[in-house]
Amino acid sequence: MAELALDKPRAPRRPAARRSNFELYSWLFMRLSGMALVVLVLGHLFIMNILDGGVHRINWGFVAGRWASPFWQFWDLSMLWLAQLHGGNGLRTVIDDYARKDSTRFWLKMLLYVSMVLILALGTFVIFTFDPQMDMRD
Amino acid sequence: MSTSTTSDKPTSVWGSHESQPPVPDGAVSVTVKLLRFNPEVDSEPHWQSFEVPALPTDRVLNLLHYVKWYLDGTLTFRRSCAHGICGSDAMQINGINRLACKVLIKDLLAKKGKPTTITLAPIKGLPVNKDLLVDMEPFFEAFRAVKPYLITYGNEPTRERIQSAADRERFDDTTKCILCACCTSSCPVYWNDGSYFGPAAIVNAHRFIFDSRDEGAEERLDILNDAEGVWRCRTTFNCTDACPRGIEVTKAIQEVKRALLFKRV
Repeated sequence: MAELALDKPRAPRRPAARRSNFELYSWLFMRLSGMALVVLVLGHLFIMNILDGGVHRINWGFVAGRWASPFWQFWDLSMLWLAQLHGGNGLRTVIDDYARKDSTRFWLKMLLYVSMVLILALGTFVIFTFDPQMDMRD
Repeated sequence: MSTSTTSDKPTSVWGSHESQPPVPDGAVSVTVKLLRFNPEVDSEPHWQSFEVPALPTDRVLNLLHYVKWYLDGTLTFRRSCAHGICGSDAMQINGINRLACKVLIKDLLAKKGKPTTITLAPIKGLPVNKDLLVDMEPFFEAFRAVKPYLITYGNEPTRERIQSAADRERFDDTTKCILCACCTSSCPVYWNDGSYFGPAAIVNAHRFIFDSRDEGAEERLDILNDAEGVWRCRTTFNCTDACPRGIEVTKAIQEVKRALLFKRV
């Protein structure tokens, strides 16, 4: 800024108020996560529904086998987080657009954020603590 | 020509057959369906229809003049130059934002001589004062907020501020704006209660942000980076479709987004 100050002697030190870049990053996140989700979700659907007999072979053992590999754990974890944040951010803008009263907007967003946190926490918990031996202990 | 109205007012109060001009050769009768609202009488807007003789070469504004001058003098609408420059007479014509002075009747006539109804309503998203007249203040407030004037620092040049043709070309499209509010009032994000700047304000910010002689780009970009700024744009292209000057509004908004994203004008 030093040479700028010389260049523009009457320029305000801080141009306007320092605003946050949150909306910029959320806009960018929607595009990037959208592209990643196309690969992740279509890959997931292909594996689950089409490959090797599709949905009929899915059972406890199949899921246990997949989650034994850190690769599929990471795949499902990133799918969960990206889809949840992508969808949640989308709903946030929908609420901003359509809620007419500030109180409605506030409570709808609270409901949204709480459900997002619950689903993220539960999903992450299951992926990391899944025990393939669980059915044998009964 | 008589009125077929939903109100009980007789036509003769405002104009009689004798006071109307002769119907020219080649004129067809069209129904003009107007969304009327008188804040002193009505609790909410209501539709009223008038039968008006129109030449195919007439503009919608001519029909409004006919209604106001010969059928119902209480009809209220804005118009100044009547030639698509002042941007006063933006309204919804058959549900699409257009300038009444630029739309020809021949483009609205029903096919094969079927009866024609032309629907006219005020532009959306701005408070209606009366009939087709809206309060433009929220629109101009957003326009002023982006500092739509030349900002420079340092010493003024002795002669004019010189600019290359290529530099001028960068913002040529957005200099065409006449502030009619067709774009802003066609934007679904602007219709809600929020305080989104709207396409027109962004277009006018673009005109200065990409001007090589201007030094206020950073300030304006900061303003448009706000929660109510360019990131609320959903690229629905309603604004581009609505612009009577053919400005590529959505493209201009995207260019502002890109400037913010890559921190480069």
